[in-house]
Amino acid sequence: MPTPDIASHLYVFILAAFLGLEVIKRVSPLLHTPLMSLTNAISAISVVAAIEIAGRHETTLATVLGTIAVTAAFTNVVGGFMITDRMLKMFKKREPVKK
Amino acid sequence: MNMMWTVAELTGAGANIQAVFSTATYILAAACFVLSLKWLSAPTTARRGNIVGEVGMAAAIVGALLQNNIISYEWIIVGLVLGALIGAPLAIWMPMTAVPQRTAFSHACGALAATLVGTAHYFTHVPERKEEMAVLSVEVLLGALTFTGSLMATGKLQEILPQRPITFKGQNIFNFLVLGAAIACGVGLTINPHLTILFPVLLGLAAIFGVLLIVPIGGADMPTVIALLNSYAGLSASLMGFVLDNKLLIIAGALDGASGFILSIIMCKAMNRSFTNVLFGAFGQVQKSSGTQEKKTVRSGTPEEAAQIMEAAQSVIIIPGYGMAVAQAQHKVRDLFDQLTRRGVDVKFAIHPVAGRMPGHMNVLLAEAEIPYDRLIEMDEINGDFSQCDVALVIGANDVVNPAARHDKNSPIYGMPILDADKARTVFAIKRSMNPGFAGIENELYYADNCMMLFGDAKAVVSAVAKELAESAEPVAA
Repeated sequence: MPTPDIASHLYVFILAAFLGLEVIKRVSPLLHTPLMSLTNAISAISVVAAIEIAGRHETTLATVLGTIAVTAAFTNVVGGFMITDRMLKMFKKREPVKK
Repeated sequence: MNMMWTVAELTGAGANIQAVFSTATYILAAACFVLSLKWLSAPTTARRGNIVGEVGMAAAIVGALLQNNIISYEWIIVGLVLGALIGAPLAIWMPMTAVPQRTAFSHACGALAATLVGTAHYFTHVPERKEEMAVLSVEVLLGALTFTGSLMATGKLQEILPQRPITFKGQNIFNFLVLGAAIACGVGLTINPHLTILFPVLLGLAAIFGVLLIVPIGGADMPTVIALLNSYAGLSASLMGFVLDNKLLIIAGALDGASGFILSIIMCKAMNRSFTNVLFGAFGQVQKSSGTQEKKTVRSGTPEEAAQIMEAAQSVIIIPGYGMAVAQAQHKVRDLFDQLTRRGVDVKFAIHPVAGRMPGHMNVLLAEAEIPYDRLIEMDEINGDFSQCDVALVIGANDVVNPAARHDKNSPIYGMPILDADKARTVFAIKRSMNPGFAGIENELYYADNCMMLFGDAKAVVSAVAKELAESAEPVAA
């Protein structure tokens, strides 16, 4: 494994955090609830790290923890995107029922 | 030499392609995630945002599965299947009114994943470098406390746990001691990463702190707490990226953390309280009831009277609150909306940022009832309209319309931005009874001259008013 360089990590973190602040500031308050579920789904990208651990079989403990981690993270992947979609589908503009 | 080089190249080439592919999918995922949030800015582009997020996630997962250091897939598959079995039903069958608890539960899952990965990482390669150990300690500390804290929040929202703030003497000091001890473990581990016993102790203390943190927080403060936990869960995922040298995790975690952070600031501003006050102020305690307890009387009315007045109005503003969610009244509210709109009444909804139990809660409920979203208007935009509106209808909302916030310095809600419902010509407030509810504060609005109470369950009352309007429908003149 290449030596992790904490400086470059910090650069990425700071840039991402600022980018996040800018992008999210522009999300309409109407959509704050789906925003939360979507960001939850996105941060469930940790499933990727969990997959590696559950797959490497280095120790029994690691494999067990890794499997539980995959379960927990994937719950958020599946659930998060699905519920966000379900909520977003509901936001309609003009109702055809105007009579 | 050329021959040896070629053999090495050939056997290495396959491995290299896998690594390049994984990394490429990760970079693609990062771009997709940023785009996803950008497109969430408006309801018209929002669904596209969700889809591009799914694409990014799928790509990254494929990239992860194809890594060359994976020995076998059984456990991965078990995890994926279990995860889908838990996640999908929660998303499909859960009623919209339960979104806050589902959200809190998902924070718990996210934090759990980060904590477990960090723990597994520690026990397989004890980090030698101080910075890495320090970051790892912070990651699991944050992860563990967010895990238990979020479970507590889920319990409170689902009403399995008591919603009242639970306090005891010296609570804040005790909590800080626990946190301090957890941090001390982290410091110990950083100094000597091989003191393995400190690691589970750190986890245990952090987990206890998570419970203690949420225990004194009342139902009404949940929106801020959920946003904060969202931020922490994201932050721990990001820190995991530092430890595992995975920039995609750093980015995704930072995006999630930033989102939670912004939302919690919005919530705090909307309640006019600081973070520390929400977390450590035990809101329930501070209720020195605002002085004079003169026996004032409220005017109470019937749905028929309300219908008559609303019928004659030109503009009506409806103020939904947690009570509407509890009574599941949103569909009846839609009926009322339809009845009024058919008569040419202009109906708008005033949404206070902390109405409900999580940011945006009311919007989702009303959208579920198919009320067009351009009728849902934020507090800042709509507050000026109250003085021109004929009727303000308060459904299950309490503190957000309490004028005491403007002038009563003794009131715990003093300074909080509120909806100016009292400025409307007539105010109707739907409530089950005159019981003060959690905060225990009397709401001045109910005693105002222009306010009439409609007692009963929100669903029943709204339904009755809509029915009155329907029955008295005169043929609409062409």
